[in-house]
Amino acid sequence: MNKLSLIGLLSLVIRRDLVLAMRRRADVLTTLIFFIIVVSLFPLGVGPEMDMLRKMAPGVIWVAALLASMLSLGRMFSADHLDGTLEQMMLVPQSLSVLVLAKILAHWMVSGLPLVIMAPVLGLQFDMTTQAIGVLIVALLLGTPILSMVGAVGAALTLGLRGGGALVSLLVLPLCIPVLIFGAGAAEAVVSGTSVSSHLSLLGALLVMALIFTPWVTALALRISME
Amino acid sequence: MVPWFACSAAIMFVAGLYISFFVAPTDIQQGEAYRIMFIHVPASILSMFIYLVMAGYAALGLIFNTRLSSMMASALAPTGALLAFLSLWTGALWGKPMWGAWWVWDARLTSELILLFLYLGFIALHASIDDPRRADRASALLAIIGSVNVPIIYFSVQWWNTLHQGASVKLTGTSMHVAMQQGMYTMMLAVWLYAIAVSLLRVRSIILERESKTQWVSELMEIKR
Repeated sequence: MNKLSLIGLLSLVIRRDLVLAMRRRADVLTTLIFFIIVVSLFPLGVGPEMDMLRKMAPGVIWVAALLASMLSLGRMFSADHLDGTLEQMMLVPQSLSVLVLAKILAHWMVSGLPLVIMAPVLGLQFDMTTQAIGVLIVALLLGTPILSMVGAVGAALTLGLRGGGALVSLLVLPLCIPVLIFGAGAAEAVVSGTSVSSHLSLLGALLVMALIFTPWVTALALRISME
Repeated sequence: MVPWFACSAAIMFVAGLYISFFVAPTDIQQGEAYRIMFIHVPASILSMFIYLVMAGYAALGLIFNTRLSSMMASALAPTGALLAFLSLWTGALWGKPMWGAWWVWDARLTSELILLFLYLGFIALHASIDDPRRADRASALLAIIGSVNVPIIYFSVQWWNTLHQGASVKLTGTSMHVAMQQGMYTMMLAVWLYAIAVSLLRVRSIILERESKTQWVSELMEIKR
């Protein structure tokens, strides 16, 4: 058997997960529709005043994205865990962290990226300015991978537990608060006319930190859960 | 050891409360309401410190596979959660007359709230895993990740421009009256001793529960009787 390179492994796992996701398109669409519905509920709940909605929009979209990403976390490892694929993956001679990173990236492409693509339309619904929408997209692009990564740690820790779904939110949501603050802050900074770059740089810093630490921590958590 | 810590905690509580209510003078700016600080400050400091101790024990348990340190970590968590809650609650009671609001979304308050959630998450994760070894290791990982938050709380008053006031007590000297200082230190000591006593008591029952199958437990005086 020929040995895979790290990049080869990375792309192999990503391709496999994407194919699996495409076979079960309903799962992906549910997350997206959940996101759209939650965002659309807010104007109905607080009233259709455009001034207020414009101010609320970044926060609402971010909170909805956070909840939507929680929704799909349970699926990240559980299917592979149930059919035994995960155990085989842990026996792979390459680093488990890289494999986990690939799974996180695939998860983000399936559940995070559609939200980012959908966000501008929702922004228009809330009458945001073009500039604010642009910043919102950049912030979401930087932020949603962090949500997937931190979520992966929670998903790995609660793998195979009863009531895992609610527990994972309890564990992950507090850790996602900084992302929420800086992400929503960036778009609000445009509205109030202050500097955007500080929020975006902090978000980028969080992304880099999460990129380094979370695959490793998730791999550790998986080993604890699978032993 | 437990009775010693518990008794001295009780004595310190009485002494501390006496100093804080009868000896310490009324504050010029804040009036009588500042006396809440005598509970608020020790509770907040301890809630942060216990988290660090808990994460430290959890890390020890994870790295060296020692059973006692994991038990210690899970024994500390409820006390820490209680103190974090107390510090938020007393803070709210103090905030109402001072800031005119029970709650403001200020960096320190928010991060202390996250700390409470982290404690609750730790307890919930530990409770939902049936196998104690796996529970210890999984929640240890969570505790270590969460310890990032503690320095954020501690430095939040310096990093952000917040409503919450900065520290009055510094190593180089303090801006407080002597009697106030004595009251606060006594209360701090009291809360320390209380936390130690309660955690030791809790860790004892955890040990007994987990080792209930072993011989040395069945030979204990209390069990035999």
